[in-house]
Amino acid sequence: MANYLYLFRGGQTGAGKSAAEQEAEMKKWAGWIEGLAKTGKFKGGEPLAAGGKVVSGKKKTVTDGPYAEAKDLVGGYLIVVAPSLDAATELSLGCPIFDSGGSLEVREIHEMKM
Amino acid sequence: MDDEARAPELVGSLFRREAGKLTAALARVLGLHHLDLCEDIVQDTLCQALEVWKYHPIPDNPAAWLMRAARNRAIDLIRREKTRRKFAPDLTELLESEWTLVPTFDAQLMPGEVRDGQLRMMFSCAAPGIPDEAQVALILKILCGFSVAEIAAASLTSPAAVEKQISRGKAVLAEARALFDVAGAELGRRLGSVHSALYLLFNEGYHGSHPELAVRAELCREALRLAELLASHPAGNTPPSHALVALCALHLGRLPGRIDDRGALVLLEDQDRARWDGALIRRGLEALDRSSSGDELSVYHVEGGIAALHASAPSFAETDWAGILRLYDVLVAMRPGPVTALARAIVVGQVHGPDAGLAALAAIPEPELLRSYPFYFGAAAELHGRAGRREEARAGWRRALAVARNPSEIELIERRLLALG
Repeated sequence: MANYLYLFRGGQTGAGKSAAEQEAEMKKWAGWIEGLAKTGKFKGGEPLAAGGKVVSGKKKTVTDGPYAEAKDLVGGYLIVVAPSLDAATELSLGCPIFDSGGSLEVREIHEMKM
Repeated sequence: MDDEARAPELVGSLFRREAGKLTAALARVLGLHHLDLCEDIVQDTLCQALEVWKYHPIPDNPAAWLMRAARNRAIDLIRREKTRRKFAPDLTELLESEWTLVPTFDAQLMPGEVRDGQLRMMFSCAAPGIPDEAQVALILKILCGFSVAEIAAASLTSPAAVEKQISRGKAVLAEARALFDVAGAELGRRLGSVHSALYLLFNEGYHGSHPELAVRAELCREALRLAELLASHPAGNTPPSHALVALCALHLGRLPGRIDDRGALVLLEDQDRARWDGALIRRGLEALDRSSSGDELSVYHVEGGIAALHASAPSFAETDWAGILRLYDVLVAMRPGPVTALARAIVVGQVHGPDAGLAALAAIPEPELLRSYPFYFGAAAELHGRAGRREEARAGWRRALAVARNPSEIELIERRLLALG
């Protein structure tokens, strides 16, 4: 068993949607995560607000951003526990992000051995 | 009346009604180990309502307003405290993520869940580790919105004693963390304890010695409300639950006849039956009908049956005393004890004459338990009086007077003595 990170990109932004649509979207996500939690697979995670700052380089340059295209913008993350990368990927297929054309990236959380 | 004048009054009665609902709903999410926090949130919400409603129009649905305000406070608290505290064990991860916090909370505020919450809280309060009197105090505090001072006044104990009962009871609840699971295997066993607690709550109102009828009627009404909540829920929909509803409603329906306009207790024989509450009595008779499915006979069935015969009698003389005596014979076998035996002896006097009644009184086991109960002596006095022995009757009422517990009992006894000349 290992922990895996889902990184969500694009798709679920609330912009241009009515309050009722946003609420319905939120319920869809909550329902999916609740299903993961019921079987003990949900280990936390948060949605992210749009906008922010990027700090980069040796000079630690601060810029507004990220100005990635909407489809590349990270909208949140989730951590699940699964027996393998394939199982974690399989588990992600129920995610509502695909309904709105977004994508997700599955990555194993690396246990640092020292 | 303008809103400013209406606000405190409205909040008073509204708070009583909604406090228990809100506390149970919050405890469902925050966990029983955070019961004090839940009560604080409800209390703060009420204060907020009082403030806001002083200067703004009272909302059309004040109960929904209160629930929304309490929800917002609770969600803020969870956000603030989630790294330090664990809330309801089955919701922990869902409450810790913004993906799920609000939807998870709101799902527990749906009407069906709020109802379940109150019911589950009732079962939690009837835990085997909590003494009977403390169960009643907890139910009044958590589910009925009573303050410690009000519970102390209603049960004629000190606020410090009630405080102690409640804090010990809460410690037992906290260990459980989650509300009682009414879908679990423990349901059947715990249901009996819930019945006992509600029965005790009712009796504290009906037979208690608090001088104010209003206080006692409120305890009886709360017991009936909770019994109806129980009987109408799948987890509590059993014949004894309906019998308990019947018992409460049939007695409560007759309560207005027990006290006259001057606050004196009135014996059944002298009650004005027009003062009885016909609607409540019908509700009781219907519940008794529902209780007769199945072959289980509980003490609540028998007591409800006795109350039904009293409530349906057109007059004292036309009461089916023989039927009542048969039920008392069953009751004495199911629940022996001096109080049941005393009530039975009075009925024996109605069916077989005063001397038979006195013989039944003399045969009561452990009569010393009744020596502080004025109607033990009053019953003997009445029977002597009916047999024409005025001196013995007077002596009996005088002994009753010596142990009378409140002005309405004293008033009744003095009137009886006066009538005897």
